[in-house]
Amino acid sequence: MTTTTLKEPLRGSPAGAATREPRRRTGRIRRAGLPYLLLLPALILELLVHLVPMVIGIVMSFKELTQFYIRDWGTAPWTGLGNYKVSVDFDAPVGEALLHSFFVTVAFTLLSVGLCWLIGTAAAIYMQDTFTGRGLLRALFLVPYALPVYAAVITWVFMFQHDNGLVNHVLHDQLHLTDKPSFWLIGDNSFYALLTVSVWKGWPFAFLIVMAGLQNIPGELYEAAALDGAGMWQQIRRITLPSLRPVNQVLLLVLFLWTFNDFNTPYVLFGKSAPEAADLISVHIYQASFVTWNFGTGSAMSVLLLLFLLVVTGVYLALTSRGRRTGDV
Amino acid sequence: MSKSPMAPPSSFLWSRRVFLTLLTGFVLVPVYVMVSSSLKPLADVTGKFRWLPSGLTIRPYIDIWSTVPLARYFANSLIVAGAATVCSVVIAVFAAYAVSRYSFRGKRVFTVTVLSTQMFPGILFLLPLFLLYVNIGNATGIALFGSRGGLILTYLTFSLPFSIWMLIGYFDSVPRDLDEAALVDGCGPLGALFRVVVPAAIPGIVAVAVYAFMTAWGEVLFASVMTNDTTRTLAVGLQGYSTLNDVYWNQIMAASLVVSVPVVAGFLLLQRYLVAGLTAGAVK
Repeated sequence: MTTTTLKEPLRGSPAGAATREPRRRTGRIRRAGLPYLLLLPALILELLVHLVPMVIGIVMSFKELTQFYIRDWGTAPWTGLGNYKVSVDFDAPVGEALLHSFFVTVAFTLLSVGLCWLIGTAAAIYMQDTFTGRGLLRALFLVPYALPVYAAVITWVFMFQHDNGLVNHVLHDQLHLTDKPSFWLIGDNSFYALLTVSVWKGWPFAFLIVMAGLQNIPGELYEAAALDGAGMWQQIRRITLPSLRPVNQVLLLVLFLWTFNDFNTPYVLFGKSAPEAADLISVHIYQASFVTWNFGTGSAMSVLLLLFLLVVTGVYLALTSRGRRTGDV
Repeated sequence: MSKSPMAPPSSFLWSRRVFLTLLTGFVLVPVYVMVSSSLKPLADVTGKFRWLPSGLTIRPYIDIWSTVPLARYFANSLIVAGAATVCSVVIAVFAAYAVSRYSFRGKRVFTVTVLSTQMFPGILFLLPLFLLYVNIGNATGIALFGSRGGLILTYLTFSLPFSIWMLIGYFDSVPRDLDEAALVDGCGPLGALFRVVVPAAIPGIVAVAVYAFMTAWGEVLFASVMTNDTTRTLAVGLQGYSTLNDVYWNQIMAASLVVSVPVVAGFLLLQRYLVAGLTAGAVK
């Protein structure tokens, strides 16, 4: 979001500005309260559902909040940094499990985001010019994204079944690639199962965004390049990909945050307890809070997760916006 | 898309054919499994997987309604997602208009704060929100926890940041002269918004509505904690089929298909608007 040209249209223009500016300014002062009024509903709701609970969550992370205090959480004793110490003590079981889950999530997120972006971008570029069946294909490609998460993931659960699933039928019975049918939803394979589902579900979003981004690249650029003798592949490398940079900056960040925080996919795929190899951080924290009934530690873990995401986002934006104004959003 | 006047090289064409064929297969297989399994007799889905059904039956589509109270879940999901969408779009339109057309103190703080809520892990505010709703209920008698109202409130804020962000971009692309002319003609600012800006931004608004509906229709985490038997939505309700002793995979697939049809159909019908909305708004 960098185009801010329309925001202050008259300020710089010498002619019309002189006559219109004074009247607009008085109008603005008179209606100084209006923008706040317009923002009020959004503000109240964000406060109620996101910010106040977040503050409560941070307070809770400093309390020893077990099931005994849940009815009246204010009376739970303070533990200072106790919950944080437990969470980051990587020699003890709790911290060790959290660190493991963190690494699994990082690996999963990087792979999933990379693949989603790659497939989405390739598909969008290949489908840039018209060919027969393009519209149909585009609609088909958006189906995984349009499907409700639970419906899509439940279908994959069925396909990954040990005895009656499609995946084992194809890999074992038809292609004879494995000696015996594999388990996909428990053990080490679960990581790949989760990755497959996540990419299947996520790449159309990248496709959609890149497709929209491609439409903003002026056609003259291609024409000029073609006149200079640049071939198709060169045009893609020299014009298409560089022009997509601003789109990719936002797209990769959004994909990263969504994938890192994803709860729905692993939750529907594995149920309440995920296998160790696919123990994503949000399910891990959910388990730490709701299964072991230790909400203080769960909150501390959530706060650590939030801090990590804040740092990553900050560093990412600082690194990718050199020379660009990411301002206004 | 006016591209180079010369024809694409053959390397481009064959790699495109291979890539798009493989991708179509990847996308279609689960869709095929869902559709075909939903028409299979139970024996076909309990034994070894078979690509072709031994016989077609619509039995699963009849049974799904009695195995679990699917109709009630359906109604709950419709109410929750519908209301969340309407509220979210209206609120986002107001907020985006303010940000797009006015300069005021705290504007940057507002946009940054709203957008940054996107990065909160849902798990961080699940329990506090749950406690907050219970406390508000105890203090004021407004039942938020376990009610559809609480879920509507929660879901509409989920789609709000993205909606506001996308609409700001969209409103920015609507020429300011248009609403200034309306203001000069004596419309109030709200008149200018509804008579000029909103009609010009319909594709963006439709896109935002589609997004908001899908978000609410598909959410699992909060639905599993914040609903009870009467307010349960499809996201949680569908799990009812697999907790039984026998897993009726054909019914699960039939139910998945039934609950997907409204969103997928709506999405595909309106995807043009979504791409147009993204092009003009978010992806600038």
